[in-house]
Amino acid sequence: MAHVPLSWYLILSAVLFALGAAGFIYRKSVITVFMSIELMLNAVNLSFVAFSYEMHRVDGHIYSFFVMVVAAAEAAVGLAIILTIFKNRGTLQIDEIDSMKL
Amino acid sequence: MDTILFIVFATVAVVCAFNLVLQKHPISSALSLIGVMGSLAVLYLMLGAEFIAMAQMIVYGGAVMVLFVFVIMLLNAGTEKPSGKSWFAQIAGLPLLLAFVAVMGFAIRAGLPGLRNVEFGSWIGGTAERIGQLLFTHYLLPFEVISILILIAILGAVVLARREID
Repeated sequence: MAHVPLSWYLILSAVLFALGAAGFIYRKSVITVFMSIELMLNAVNLSFVAFSYEMHRVDGHIYSFFVMVVAAAEAAVGLAIILTIFKNRGTLQIDEIDSMKL
Repeated sequence: MDTILFIVFATVAVVCAFNLVLQKHPISSALSLIGVMGSLAVLYLMLGAEFIAMAQMIVYGGAVMVLFVFVIMLLNAGTEKPSGKSWFAQIAGLPLLLAFVAVMGFAIRAGLPGLRNVEFGSWIGGTAERIGQLLFTHYLLPFEVISILILIAILGAVVLARREID
C-alpha cells in the first residue's frame, strides 16, 4: 500500500475544479466568486504537478509557478476592482452590480 | 503510508472545498480556501515538487489569502443575501457537476492507461536548484515577461484603489 496511483491525483484535481466551477456559478458574493476562481486555478496546478511527475520533467512545475504568479497579480487587481465597486455602489452582491446589462 | 497521507489530505482538501462553496459568510470561505491550499501543498510535496509546495504556502497561503482576508475585513463583508436562483441552476446544477466529474474520471482512467504510481521520495525533481536552472535558461523570456505583468498589476491595483476615482 505504499503506492498511490497517479490517477487519484488527477481525479482529485477534477473534483476540486468542479467544486470551484460550482462555487463560481452558484455563489452571489463577489469575493466568494473570486475565491472559487482561485480554487479552480489551484486544481489545475495540481494536475500540472501530477503530469510533471508522470513525465519526470520539471517543466510542469514551472508552468504551475507561472500560474501562481499570474494568480497573485490577478488577486491584487481583482481585489482593487472589488474595493472600487464597493466604494461606488456599497454592495458586494453580484445581482445588484448590473449597470452593464442591456 | 503514502496512501494514508494521500487519503487524509485529499479528504481535507475536498471537505474544505465543499465548505467554501456551502458557507454563507465570506470569511468562512476564505478560511476553508486556506485549508485547501495547505493540503494541496502537502500533496505537491508528495509528488516531489518541493519548490512548488513552498511557493504554494508562501504565495497562496500567505500573500493571496492575507489579501483576501484583509479585503473582507476592510469591506465588512457580511453574509450574502439569498437571491432567486434560476430554475435551470436548481434542476441541472448538481447533475451537470456529477456528469463533469464522471466524464473526467472516465477520461483519466480509460484515456491515460499505464500512469506511474506515486511513491514519496522516488523522484525529487522540483528542487529550487533545478527550477532555477530551467527558469533562467529555457524559460528566461516568459520569466521576464511575467515580471512586467506583475509590475503592470501593481500599477493597476494602485490606480484602481485610489480614493479620487468614482
